[in-house]
Amino acid sequence: MVGSKARKKQLQRKDYQQLSAQKRLKIPVWRNTLVAFVVGGLVSVLGQGLIFFYIWLGFKEEQAASPMVATLILIASILTGLGVWDYLGQFAGAGVGVPVTGFANSIVSSAIEFKREGYILGVGGRMFQLAGPVIVYGAVTAFVVGLIHALVQWL
Amino acid sequence: MKARKKVGLQSMVFSRPVAILSSAACVGPLEGAGPLQGSFDVVYPDLLIGAKSWEAAETTMIKEAVEIALGKGSLSTQSVDYLLAGDLLNQCIAANFAARDLGIPMLGLYGACSTMAESAGLGAVLIDGGFAQYTVAAASSHNATSERQYRYPTEYGGQRPPYSQHTVTAAGALLLSNGLHCQSPMPRITHFTVGKVCDLGIKDPFDMGSAMAPAAADTLLRHFADLALAADHYDLVVTGDLAYVGHAILKELLHQSNLDLGSRLNDCGLMIYDRHEQPVFAGGSGCGSSAAVLCGYLLDMLSSYTIKRLLLVGTGALLSPVTYQQGETIPCVAHAVAIEMCHDHLADEELR
Amino acid sequence: MIFLYAFLVGGAICAIGQLLIDLTPLTPAHVLTVLVVAGGVLSGLGMYGPLVEWSGAGASVPITSFGHQLVQGALQEKATAGLYGVMGGIFDLTSSGITAAIVFGFFCALIFDPKG
Repeated sequence: MVGSKARKKQLQRKDYQQLSAQKRLKIPVWRNTLVAFVVGGLVSVLGQGLIFFYIWLGFKEEQAASPMVATLILIASILTGLGVWDYLGQFAGAGVGVPVTGFANSIVSSAIEFKREGYILGVGGRMFQLAGPVIVYGAVTAFVVGLIHALVQWL
Repeated sequence: MKARKKVGLQSMVFSRPVAILSSAACVGPLEGAGPLQGSFDVVYPDLLIGAKSWEAAETTMIKEAVEIALGKGSLSTQSVDYLLAGDLLNQCIAANFAARDLGIPMLGLYGACSTMAESAGLGAVLIDGGFAQYTVAAASSHNATSERQYRYPTEYGGQRPPYSQHTVTAAGALLLSNGLHCQSPMPRITHFTVGKVCDLGIKDPFDMGSAMAPAAADTLLRHFADLALAADHYDLVVTGDLAYVGHAILKELLHQSNLDLGSRLNDCGLMIYDRHEQPVFAGGSGCGSSAAVLCGYLLDMLSSYTIKRLLLVGTGALLSPVTYQQGETIPCVAHAVAIEMCHDHLADEELR
Repeated sequence: MIFLYAFLVGGAICAIGQLLIDLTPLTPAHVLTVLVVAGGVLSGLGMYGPLVEWSGAGASVPITSFGHQLVQGALQEKATAGLYGVMGGIFDLTSSGITAAIVFGFFCALIFDPKG
């Protein structure tokens, strides 16, 4: 009795999920992917331009990526602060979210939003709410890869 | 012993329909520019309203809605027996902080976006039960406060899917009374159906419409069955905030159960915004959706006899950021409040 | 030519991110985490470095490069300081980026208010 009730509930849920998928407004995947490709590409082109600019300023070629990343972070931070970035993000999705600009926006938007909860606990404590996973898993990956490399070398 | 005022399984009938003496709707700029403009008491110029935080702004909104409703009903806060109010925020801070300033004995409620219907129904219960002469039912929601609590910081560049909804920035308040001093026709609450929490497995917090539609269907069908009503009993049946997707699903669910409301079925989340002109995706959501539309436009329609019988089905999604992160599905509830334009029949009998 | 390669590679990585967001229940935070880890793994396999050489900013602008730099930092320090270097060097190459984000984030919080 209990088993058949549970199965009936599962079927009801499955049918409903199908109905819901049918009626749901569809995500324009082609449009989103194309826009993300073009905008992401343009952000990278901007980055490349900045690299040449810093080389011209005197940086060595290998060192120019650092100030380039910092510049993109600065641009994204200011546009976030001006209240423009959320519109850009809605339009371009991963096109601005996947480059380092997205990382910057997640940090700056959190810092600005939680300012009202104070500078220590709000800004300081919640700044990495959205960007934290990237740092955590990046560091863990680097640690594991480093260990594997050491192991492979030792063998 | 059977409960005298209970009908069917989940419905209540009021022995004396509870009068809605006055109402007020206070909304934000996007709502004020929408299709229902002109039906609101206050349209704020921005989301902050000069307050020190979004939350303080929402507190101001719900407080002003109550004050304006009381003003229209020529009543002071001291004359109100109880305030029943809620909002979407953790610990219902907007409603509770407003109650602090208003000084009315407070019953805080949480029904998510169904809070307006819940507070109206319970406010009527207190009056018809002889526990109060005047109650105020109120609810509010605010786009920025709910975004930063349930989803992302307001300046975050995340992309929302087309089926997501825009939380309405609005507050609504109703002044309810046993109307003994007023026999003329006015909107009166006749019945209240309390919903069960339903969950058909939707997990996506952007897909509120899909999550809430089953609860709306369950309560609607229960209401019609409990009261043995024909499909054309109400001139208008309005859900709180199913918006485009939820509304379409509800129609299908009702059709499957042989309840065809046709053009009588509408949704506050679809009425309060113009989906094609305003950046609201599938439509409005939040307590403010049903609150602002009921406390302005719908009551106006009743008062002007454009419609005579209205059923408001407030719909709420009972998730929290914690349950979402823990991988839970989204349970929902819907409460139905029947409002009819009528005079006080029992008063006639008493006079005879 | 490097501008064209930057456009293509940077665009492609963003397109992959967009597809993950649209076609799976993953949120943007999940997708960025996946991309960072992917960048780190490719870096460990020696494949991300040549991609940076070939497409320049196309590979160093997306968040995948963050994973690459974390791994390279670990490996470089391991080469000089042994096994402990794996821990000590992880943030070497990325410290300017993280510092920039923190510092700019803080000053923006001082200057700007959320607009809703």
